[in-house]
Amino acid sequence: MAVLFGGVACLALAGGVGVIASRRPVHSVLALLLVLGSLAVDYLLLDAQFIAVLQLIIYAGAIVVLFVFVIMLLHARSGEVARVPAVLPPAAAIPVCAVFGLMLLVVLTGAAIAPAAVGPAFGTVQEVGRALFSRFLLPFEAASIVLLIGMIGAVVLGKRLPPSPPDAGRPAEGPGEGRSKRRVELR
Amino acid sequence: MSTADLVLVGPELVLTIAAVVVLLQDAWATGGVLEPQTPRPAAVWGSLAAVGLALVWDVGGRRWGPAFGGMYVRDQFTMIADLAALAAAGLGILLSSAYLPRVRLPAGEYHALLLLATVGAMVMAASGSLITLFLGLEILSFSLYVLAAIARRSRRSLEAGLKYLLLGAFATAFFAYGIALIFGATGSIDLREIGAARPSRLLGAGIALLTVGLAFEGALVPFHAWAPDVYEGAPLPVTAFMSVVAKVGAFAGLLRVFPLALAHLAGVWGPMLAAIAVVTMILGNLAALFQTNLKRLLAYSGIAHAGYLMIGVAAGGPAGTWSVLFYLLVYVAMNLGAFGVLLLLARQGMEADRVEDLAGLSGRAPWAAAALVLFLVSLAGLPLTAGFIAKLYLFRAALGAHQPVPALVGVLTSVVSVYYYLRVASAALSGGAPQAVAVLRNRLVGAALVLATAGVLWLGLFPAGFTAAVQQAARQAAAAVR
Repeated sequence: MAVLFGGVACLALAGGVGVIASRRPVHSVLALLLVLGSLAVDYLLLDAQFIAVLQLIIYAGAIVVLFVFVIMLLHARSGEVARVPAVLPPAAAIPVCAVFGLMLLVVLTGAAIAPAAVGPAFGTVQEVGRALFSRFLLPFEAASIVLLIGMIGAVVLGKRLPPSPPDAGRPAEGPGEGRSKRRVELR
Repeated sequence: MSTADLVLVGPELVLTIAAVVVLLQDAWATGGVLEPQTPRPAAVWGSLAAVGLALVWDVGGRRWGPAFGGMYVRDQFTMIADLAALAAAGLGILLSSAYLPRVRLPAGEYHALLLLATVGAMVMAASGSLITLFLGLEILSFSLYVLAAIARRSRRSLEAGLKYLLLGAFATAFFAYGIALIFGATGSIDLREIGAARPSRLLGAGIALLTVGLAFEGALVPFHAWAPDVYEGAPLPVTAFMSVVAKVGAFAGLLRVFPLALAHLAGVWGPMLAAIAVVTMILGNLAALFQTNLKRLLAYSGIAHAGYLMIGVAAGGPAGTWSVLFYLLVYVAMNLGAFGVLLLLARQGMEADRVEDLAGLSGRAPWAAAALVLFLVSLAGLPLTAGFIAKLYLFRAALGAHQPVPALVGVLTSVVSVYYYLRVASAALSGGAPQAVAVLRNRLVGAALVLATAGVLWLGLFPAGFTAAVQQAARQAAAAVR
C-alpha cells in the first residue's frame, strides 16, 4: 500500500512539474492528465471508488479533452505552435515559492496529525448521493447558480457581434481607452 | 430540507428566480439581440421589484435560525449585511438605467448578473460553513468577471474582465486550498466546529490562505493590484456596483470567519490583520493622491476604505463587528452616490472619467454638484456626515481592542484623503464647463442620487437607530457561535 502510494505520489509530482515546465501546451495537458490519473489511484487507495471514477470521468475525461480541443482549435487558426516561457519571472516565482516553502515547513514541523477514521461506506455512490442531497443540498444548488453564471457569461461574451455598431453615425459610448489611445475594432 | 429552510433563504431565492425570469423575458422580447438600441424597462422594473421584495422579506421577515443543517445562518448579522447588498443592487440598477441603452449593453444579462452577484454577497454573509462561503464568493466573483467585460466593443472592458478572471482564479485556488488545510486540521468545514477546534499550525496555515482569497475580493493590500485596472476598464455602472458589493461580500465573510468563529484566537490573527489594515490604508490613500482619472481615483479610495474596514475586523469582538457592519451601510450609500454623479456626465462618446470633466458642474447642475460634494466629504470622513460617524466607530473599536496603531494611521490617512477628495470637489465647484462634456438628465439616476443622499444624511445625523440595530446584530451573532 505504502509503496503504491509512494509511486503514485511521485508520478503526480512529476506530472505537476511537467505541467509548468514543458514548453508545448500539448505536453502540459498530457502532464496534467498524468496528475489527474495518479490522483484517481490515490482515491482508490483511500477506498473511495466512486470519487476515483468521477475523477477519471470528469477531470481526465471531460476537462482534459476540452483543453486539448482548445489548443487544437487555437493552433488550427494561428497555424503555428505556441511556445510559452517555461519559467515564471523571478519577481513572481520567488514570493510564491517562499510562501509555499514556509507553509510546508510549518506543516512538516507541526504536530503530526492523527488520521481520522471514516465510515466503511465512505466514498461509495450511496454515501456521496446521500450527502449531496441532504447535508450538502444548499451548496449543491448554489453550485448550479455558479454554472448558470458561467453559461450566461459564455453566451454574452462569446456570441458574435455585428461587424460594426448598428448605427455607425452615432459614436458608441463606453469606457474610455485609458492611457493607450489605440482603438481597435473587435470582430 | 423543510419549508422553514426555504422561508429562511427566501431573499436569495427571490433574487435567483428574478434573475432567470429577467434573462428569459429579455431574450424572448429581443430575440437575443446583444446590442439593443431601445431601453428595456421590463428588465429594470422587474429587477427592482425583486430587490424590493427581497428587502421586505429580509427586514420584515424577522425569522432567525440555521437552515440546511447549519450550512446557512439567517440572523440579524445576515439581515444587516443583506440590507447593504440589496441597497447596492437597488442603487446599481437605478444608476445603470440610462447608461445601458446609451452604450447598448445587453440589458437582460446585465440585470441577471447583477442580481446573481447580490445573491453571492448575501450567501457569503449567511454562510455557516466554509463551503457555503466558498460558493457565495464564487457566485459573486463569477458574475463580476462577466459584468466587467460586458462592454465588448471596448478593449479596456475586455482587458478588465480577463485580468479580473485570471487573478481571481488564482485567489480562488488559495481559498480552496485553505479550506482543504482547515478540514485537515479540524475535520470539519462547519464554522462553529472550526471555532471550537484546538489551534494548530495547520489550522493557522489554512486560515492564512483563506484570508488571501477574501482579501483579494475586498481589494486589500497586497492583493489589490487588480482593482485600479479593473475599475478603470469596466463600464462605469459596473464599476460602481462592483466597488461596493464585493466589499459587502468580502467583509461579511471576513467577519464570519475571524471575529465570530475564531474569537478565542483573536490574539493571533488580530495583529496580522491590523498590519494588513495599516498597509492598505497607507498605500490606498497615497496612491489616490496622484490619480487624474476619476475611476482610478475611486479605485484607490476603495482600497483605502477596505483598509478602514479591516481596522474593525482586526479589532474583533462585538465592537469591531458592528462598526464594520455600520461602515458597510454607509460606504454603499456614499460610494454609489459619488459614482452616480459621474454617471450623469458624458464626454463625446466616452465616460467623463477625468477630474477636469467635472469643471463647472455647480453652474450646470447645482443639485448634482451639491450631492457630489456631500458624498466626497463623507468619503473623506469630515464631521456631520455618515462617513465621520462610521470612521469614529471603527477607530473606537480599535482603541477598545488595544490596537492604537491602526486607529492612529487611520486618522492620519484620513487627513491625507481630505486633500484628494476635496481636489475633486473643488474641480466641480469652480471653473468653466468644458464644451465636450454633456450633463444628462434621467429620473431614475436622480432617484438613486436622492436615495443615496438621504442615506448619507440620515446615517450621519441620526445614527442612533442603525447603531442600535448593528450592535444587537453583532451581539446576537457572537452569542450564537459561542
